[in-house]
Amino acid sequence: MNLLRLSLNLLRRDWRAGEWRVLLLALVLAVGSLATVGLFADRVRQALQQQAQSLIGADLRITSTRPFPPDYRMLANRRSLQVVQSRSFPSMVLYREQVLLSEIQAVEAGYPLRGKIEIDDGSVHAAKAIPARGTVWADERLLRRFDMQIGDEVGIGARRFRVAARIVKDIDQSVGFSSFAPRVLMNDADLASTRLLQEGSRLSYRLLVAGEALQVKALRAELEGKLSGNEKMEDVRDARPEIRTALERAEHFLGLAALTAAILAGAAMALAARRFVLRHLDGCAVMRCLGAQQAQVLWLFLYQFILLGVVAVLLGGLLGYVTQALLVESIASMRDASLPQPGVVPLLKAAASGFALLLGFAFLPLLQLRKVSPLRVLRREMGMPEASGWLIYGLAIGALALLFLWHAGSLKLGLAVLGGLLAGLLVFGWLAWLLLHGLARNSFYFRSQWRHAFNNLARHGRSAAVQVVALSLGGMALLVLTLVRADLLEAWQGKLPPDTPNRFLVNIQPDQYQPLRDFFMRQSLPSPELQPMVRGRLVAINERAINGGSYPDPRARGLVEREFNLSYMEQMPVWNELSSGRWWGRDARGELSVEEGIARTLGIHPGDTLTYDVAGSRFTGRVTSLRKVQWDSMRVNFFVITTPELLREFPASYLSSFYLPPDKVRAGDELARAFPNILLIDTGAVIAQVRNIMDQIAQTVSAVFLFTLLSGLAVLYAALLATQDERSHEAAILRTLGADSRYLRSLHLSEFAVLGGLSGLFAAAGAVLLGWVLARFVLEIPWQANPAVWLIGVGGGMGVVMLAGWLATRKLTLRSPLRILAAD
Amino acid sequence: MASIVQAAGLTKQVMSGDSPLTILHDVSFAVEAGESMAIVGASGSGKSTLLGLLAGLDVPSSGSVLLHGADLFKLDEDGRARLRGELAGFVFQSFQLLPALNALENVMLPLELAGAADARQRAELSLRQVGLSARAHHLPKHLSGGEQQRVALARAFVTQPRILFADEPTGNLDAATGAQVIELMLELNRAQGTTLILVTHDEALARRCGKQLRLAAGRVVQA
Repeated sequence: MNLLRLSLNLLRRDWRAGEWRVLLLALVLAVGSLATVGLFADRVRQALQQQAQSLIGADLRITSTRPFPPDYRMLANRRSLQVVQSRSFPSMVLYREQVLLSEIQAVEAGYPLRGKIEIDDGSVHAAKAIPARGTVWADERLLRRFDMQIGDEVGIGARRFRVAARIVKDIDQSVGFSSFAPRVLMNDADLASTRLLQEGSRLSYRLLVAGEALQVKALRAELEGKLSGNEKMEDVRDARPEIRTALERAEHFLGLAALTAAILAGAAMALAARRFVLRHLDGCAVMRCLGAQQAQVLWLFLYQFILLGVVAVLLGGLLGYVTQALLVESIASMRDASLPQPGVVPLLKAAASGFALLLGFAFLPLLQLRKVSPLRVLRREMGMPEASGWLIYGLAIGALALLFLWHAGSLKLGLAVLGGLLAGLLVFGWLAWLLLHGLARNSFYFRSQWRHAFNNLARHGRSAAVQVVALSLGGMALLVLTLVRADLLEAWQGKLPPDTPNRFLVNIQPDQYQPLRDFFMRQSLPSPELQPMVRGRLVAINERAINGGSYPDPRARGLVEREFNLSYMEQMPVWNELSSGRWWGRDARGELSVEEGIARTLGIHPGDTLTYDVAGSRFTGRVTSLRKVQWDSMRVNFFVITTPELLREFPASYLSSFYLPPDKVRAGDELARAFPNILLIDTGAVIAQVRNIMDQIAQTVSAVFLFTLLSGLAVLYAALLATQDERSHEAAILRTLGADSRYLRSLHLSEFAVLGGLSGLFAAAGAVLLGWVLARFVLEIPWQANPAVWLIGVGGGMGVVMLAGWLATRKLTLRSPLRILAAD
Repeated sequence: MASIVQAAGLTKQVMSGDSPLTILHDVSFAVEAGESMAIVGASGSGKSTLLGLLAGLDVPSSGSVLLHGADLFKLDEDGRARLRGELAGFVFQSFQLLPALNALENVMLPLELAGAADARQRAELSLRQVGLSARAHHLPKHLSGGEQQRVALARAFVTQPRILFADEPTGNLDAATGAQVIELMLELNRAQGTTLILVTHDEALARRCGKQLRLAAGRVVQA
């Protein structure tokens, strides 16, 4: 108890003396930064999850062309999950003298399980139930085509229904390309009375499941092995790959930005901890001399650290919570979305990371204090106890590595960034050391105070190199914040320019090729690029027959058991990128290009031959390239593309994507009327959502980089503070030897100019490198560094470090040397 | 009377570059309980090295030290620390007060490390004995050199040690203040019956001790 009191007493006194300030500040910033990102991303994810769930109307959706075995429902019920079924089929809808092929969906009470259908039955509102018996809800397309009003009657099969409402916002639509017909929603209890359920009816069944996330996951795993070839299971992750990609990128980017802040904070903590150790060596030696055992000394500091950690984590968590709340408030779209409150997990994660940083960067160096020789009370020249350096640095690196892997979410990305960072630090440190010694060796070319400055820096080569590296880290954060971030975000948002295609056209027949182009011209819309599509099933790889049973992975099995959309073209689409092999030349024949993800899933490599079955006839081609496809490009993409001659003779339909400006929406209706078989899919909502995420992320990044900026300043402060005592002592000796204040001032400024200039140079190099890594691997965008980075880096580095250094050391030239030496 | 400090064959070698340098040669002596002994000699003669070894702050290359019958170098680092806590008090040339603690807290420190429940009362009493009650709540940096050394004396005597090790206790003080501190130290020493082992340059001070051990180049030249 006495030890705890003594420890707290020391902490209180040390706190007053400012010893803990940098450590606490750095830790609060690290935890705050990680908590902000974690909490914010959690809320965005929850909101997106809700939106995505409303896209499929459930947490999990199973579709089939046959009735489900009863045990599916039973398994779900056993897990206390909600289940509803819907059945849909194409049927003619009769209105007065007109008929129109529509997609009828009969739903059970409780449908949909997630999200709300918005209807207009006089006023627009979210539907509270399913259509009452004897009534249907019809979508806009049906009402417009029939020129019909709400309240009118339509005939479906043997039964007449009153159209009770217009569907304003539908959910649970097929993501694929089959929902080209207008939609009618009816009560499942009415289905029998239509007498449309007969042998051979083309019914499609959907089982919607929702409930507790873990149970849903378990059910998914359970059902995966049971599904037959004509059953397909999807959850929100499968529903919208474009949104998922954007969100994943954003999360990686934000995660790394937060980690940069955390690393900077770690560097500041390491510097502060080193200073703390140096300043407590004497005290520990005295305590050892007075009988304190190693464990007592350890606990004395452990108590302080635990308290510091707890306070910092609480403050950091609070800071993070407030910042993300302010962020949400400041982004209109998020404020209006009434986001769910964030979970507690991100806070725990940030807290754990804070303690890991404390352990890795600060606590282990402090362990050295326990080993201080009591002899130091007689021989003050004894330095710090020889630390088991590898253990300390190894643990710091280990803590960082774990944090990186945890936060980056991707082993590859985490390792790449961490490896790059460590390599960069070592190279920069080594270069700084070399340059400082080079300058000292050639110092005779310079004036005396420069000579003195160079020699001084070279004499403290190691600590000067550490200072340069720490300052470079801080500078890099500043440069990334000010210059690189804006360029990067602009380039990323540039991926979705205002004329990004927002409509897909599917099922265009060859004879509609020209009339469709004419239609576009008449509507003053740019002529769309039409891509041929042939459906075929993969039957052999390298002449070896394959089927679903060849793959244990359910996704691979699914891919093999269904038909692929194949296309042929001479030029690779510009929004695709070759990841291996080469694109074919003009006269190439029998070649295939495969999307890299699917190639990985199915174990396809360049050089393999693939055989496809298209409507009973087969063709074989050799894989000569793998492609990276940007699924968030909002354009038509194909898993497999062939050289033209392989597919040209097969019956094909065409696909296209185009941008329909908001003032030409009517053209869409006309197109649907003029080409009733063509499916027009509106992807505007998805684009809006992706753009929304980008905007939200851009603003979050600004806030997160603010933490990085503050952490950078903390590093700057800690780096200057680290050599303060030594500088003070040297200044006192120089003054006793006759150096005047002017000489000392210019000596210090020269040293700071060299440190600042070198740090600025390295900071610029680091910023360019980091920008490139983020652009290339996280955002996947082309990016050119702004040349001003170099100029601002070196000039700014010199200026800032000289100014901060001058502020920190100006008092040294004024204090009495005797007082300084006596205090030492 | 039993010897409270017994040194036998103490030798200390350190590496100087590639060759060993012997800074203490085969030093042996004994000090009885309640005695006082001054270790004197020129700078670099090995005085502080010897004091460090006697207090178990360092380990010798060979030889042994018995403190109150306990063989110091058969104990590990923590064992020696514990023994110091039980037996010894220290006064240093550079005072060695913890800058973050005030005078009273500095005096309480060895008691708190030993887990004493009445640390505050005993520390207050000890401060009163050195005439610094009024300065109890001042930080070391707000005390003069003489006052700091008096706090150090209060800290050294608060545990009622059997042995007091003092390393040039007046080295950082002017003559008048130094004399006052010495008077106080010897008075406390007498009052508590403490054994005093003192390193000093000051011949006059050395003469006031019952025994003198003179070192030159690491060897005992007069005991």
